[in-house]
Amino acid sequence: MNDMTTLTKPRVETVLKDWETDQEVRWCPGCGDYAILKAVQRTLPMLGADPKNTVFVSGIGCSSRFPYYVESYGFHTIHGRAPAVATGVKLANPELDVWIVTGDGDGLSIGGNHTMHILRRNLDCQILLFNNEIYGLTKGQYSPTSRAGTRSPSSPAGSVDHPAKPAAFALGSGARFIARAYDVAKQLSDVLIAAYNHKGAAFVEIFQNCIVYNKDVFADFTEKKNADDGQLWVENGKPMLFGKGTKGIALDREALALKVVDVTDGDWQAAGVIIHDVTNRSVAHMLVEMPFGSFPMALGVLYDDPASSFEEAVVEQNARLAAGKTPDLQKLVSQGQTWIVSAGPATDAAEAGSAGSGPEL
Amino acid sequence: MASAASQSTAPLASDETVPEAVVVRFAGDSGDGMQLTGGQFTLSTALAGNDLATFPDFPAEIRAPQGTLFGVSAFQINFGSSDITTAGDAPDILIAMNPAALKTNVTDLKAGGLIIADSGEFNDRNLAKAKYESNPLQDGSLARWQLLSFDISALTLESVKPFGLGNKEALRCKNMWTLGLALWLFDRSREPIVDWLKAKFAKAPELADANIAALNAGHAYGETAELAVPVKQLHLPPAPAPEGLYRTVTGAEAISLGLVAGAQLAGLPMFFGGYPITPASAILHHLSRLKEFGVTTFQAEDEIAAIASAIGASYAGSLGVTSSSGPGIALKGEAMGLAIMTELPLIIVNSQRGGPSTGLPTKTEQSDLYQAVYGRNGDAPMPVLAARSPADAFDVAIEAVRIAIEYMTPVMLLTDGYIANAAEPWHVPDMSTYAPFKAKFLETIPEGGLKPFARNEKLARPWIKPGTPDLMHRIGGIEKEVNTGHINYEPANHQAMTELRRDKVLGVARGIRQGVEIGEETGKLAVVGWGSTFGPIHQAVRRARRKGHDVAHIHIRHIWPLPENLGDLLKGYDQILVPEMNTGQLKTVLRDQYLVDARPLNKISGQPFRIAEIEAAIEGMLA
Repeated sequence: MNDMTTLTKPRVETVLKDWETDQEVRWCPGCGDYAILKAVQRTLPMLGADPKNTVFVSGIGCSSRFPYYVESYGFHTIHGRAPAVATGVKLANPELDVWIVTGDGDGLSIGGNHTMHILRRNLDCQILLFNNEIYGLTKGQYSPTSRAGTRSPSSPAGSVDHPAKPAAFALGSGARFIARAYDVAKQLSDVLIAAYNHKGAAFVEIFQNCIVYNKDVFADFTEKKNADDGQLWVENGKPMLFGKGTKGIALDREALALKVVDVTDGDWQAAGVIIHDVTNRSVAHMLVEMPFGSFPMALGVLYDDPASSFEEAVVEQNARLAAGKTPDLQKLVSQGQTWIVSAGPATDAAEAGSAGSGPEL
Repeated sequence: MASAASQSTAPLASDETVPEAVVVRFAGDSGDGMQLTGGQFTLSTALAGNDLATFPDFPAEIRAPQGTLFGVSAFQINFGSSDITTAGDAPDILIAMNPAALKTNVTDLKAGGLIIADSGEFNDRNLAKAKYESNPLQDGSLARWQLLSFDISALTLESVKPFGLGNKEALRCKNMWTLGLALWLFDRSREPIVDWLKAKFAKAPELADANIAALNAGHAYGETAELAVPVKQLHLPPAPAPEGLYRTVTGAEAISLGLVAGAQLAGLPMFFGGYPITPASAILHHLSRLKEFGVTTFQAEDEIAAIASAIGASYAGSLGVTSSSGPGIALKGEAMGLAIMTELPLIIVNSQRGGPSTGLPTKTEQSDLYQAVYGRNGDAPMPVLAARSPADAFDVAIEAVRIAIEYMTPVMLLTDGYIANAAEPWHVPDMSTYAPFKAKFLETIPEGGLKPFARNEKLARPWIKPGTPDLMHRIGGIEKEVNTGHINYEPANHQAMTELRRDKVLGVARGIRQGVEIGEETGKLAVVGWGSTFGPIHQAVRRARRKGHDVAHIHIRHIWPLPENLGDLLKGYDQILVPEMNTGQLKTVLRDQYLVDARPLNKISGQPFRIAEIEAAIEGMLA
């Protein structure tokens, strides 16, 4: 929606290989993370991104190993805190492209607070939340996004927690960009490009298949045979169609909710299918809350409506407050209520014409 | 400041000699404006050329129920014509604005000291709230002291009548009436206070006028009233002090200024990540007004985000700073480990308060020394410095920045609630005398290739900012390979890296020599202190030496690593006494490091040591 970023930053020509490090990638064979890594490395050249100005910041978890494999600057921090570290990086140097890589445990459990605040502040960055609905690195405990009843080492009889919905959480926190994709989706690259081009915090939930501890948990919509009916790829200005154009999403005006309608002979208008408007926050709320099963999984850019970003506001305010002032250290330490000790009695420094200003207690 | 002889105070009334120092305590309800009154009295004291030290003591509740014992707020000032280093032991004068203030403070008052009380507040309701069965102003229970009581409330209402304020607003001027009387008592000029009131109430001139009228009325009352006890004006001559420009400064101000100065000397922008907490918030407040010095302040969502953002900023080439008090420092522990592991400069200021847990938010304690030196998972060494006074905090902050940058390490700066809030005169430093220590960034690939964890002679690794061409690399909290910084879990490598991190921090002690504040470098007894106990230890040692005792005062700024000569120095004394406002934390470290028989003297009441308490311990050990 907003191409300020691409306009102001000089494009740097790179190829996929330029973004690969010499480090051995240490995810389990077959892990969805490999596909996401490749998609990112393939997309960065398309963005004209500059490796020297790119910083990947991560927390802890399988996903958070990501920075070690991207030939840019990278900071593998501590559990849940990547958004906070990234905020410091971006405020210290707003010129940097900051990517945050996190997971469902890292970003929504231990670090949920930071995810909320980076989104409401709207720091210009891309947040890639790999959601595999499980704690992989600690060997398979249920996570805050695990569905109720998930059997795991810490919930042998099935979890009883209600799961968090990452995209709904992000939107509720004030995010201005929400997108969804899955690890091997060919559209992932397009979603990443849109996220990068959004000025402000761009939240991308990527469904990721943990083949060891939560295999095929998203198969109901990611499997080829389920893709047509299970995936709704929304596109700005296009009708919300799925099932090879035989079904669509319409508004149930009575219930003020979305509904699935049949589309006959491609006549989606007649079926009342709505056109996706990425700036419509109300529809975005309904899309992120759409229950999978009776509805398809909404994927693609669900919401994209930029607002001024946090670091811009900070830089602008700092500049305004500093304008016209000279940073004179001697003057600074000499401020406040001052007096001069001389051979005679003490005198008010202001009267004696020194650097002291008026009373300031 | 220049040393001087005595700090003992003489009786005030009808005595012909002028005392060298006087201790005054203002006490009232937390809504009575006692801190403000004390602050303005401090200012007038500084302008009179007296040396001074203050002790603000206020409740944790913002507006405790009126008239209650736990809602009493007090401000003590010790001032005089000699060197003052403590807020004083027992007050000579207690100004009590209500029964609760009298009850909670009068037992501290020196025998024969003066009570000035607002009799207008000693009504049945307030007496009951203060749990007085009869009126102490009338029942003779205050016979040990001199008592001056008059209806300050009524006198104030009378004085502000012309300004048409409501009763509540008019009574708010009581503190200025009292200040006027105090100014008269010590022969002080009202002018700076009048100027201050005009500036403070520039938008409400009627309030300025009313407060000035109350101030003048209080002053005139002293001048003209036939006071019931023979109080006479005291003029304390100025304290001897080196010539130059002075100002009052609190520890929080001095730390903020020192951090800014440190960042400027390093040629770095500063990033401050903070989260509100008593008594550390004042640093965030001060720094948020200094943007022209390249300061960015960030009020984070929590303590962890405050330090994590500061680490991110340091990574990106700023001087990252965070600040908190004990409970917040505990939350930052894991992130400190990250800064140690990734070897990034960072300043962590801990304004200690009474603990554990929430503890005593507004009271002072030195009980976070273990936390500072040892309180992290893994072998996680970190330099720790401690400020001894508000003015000292400036230089300590600069020293913290220097160490952080030269050694690429987080540094903890310990201060406490007392230092943070208390004001003292500060001989304004000449900034041209401070040598810069410019931070250097690695900007090109060095010979032999990029090694983000290669080390210089101080064992510091290079600082590489994102944005630098060709030097892209990854850092993180996982153990890294020596030199390359790649992930490495091998046993020998972890051993080597742990030892490198330890040796780097121990190296900070090189060239740091511990001196003796007063006394000889060998002898019968060394009193070893750190932090805000400086004042009482100093005075106690001085008094003991005047009595002929062989005792020295050693005060440690570099808590970790300890100064390189400290062990040898301590072994030159027969006995070692360590007074601390904790259960003996520095004592443990000294015993551990040097196998010396350091004896503890502990006070954990939330109040600073009295000189007499330390003096008694000294005499006990030398008996």
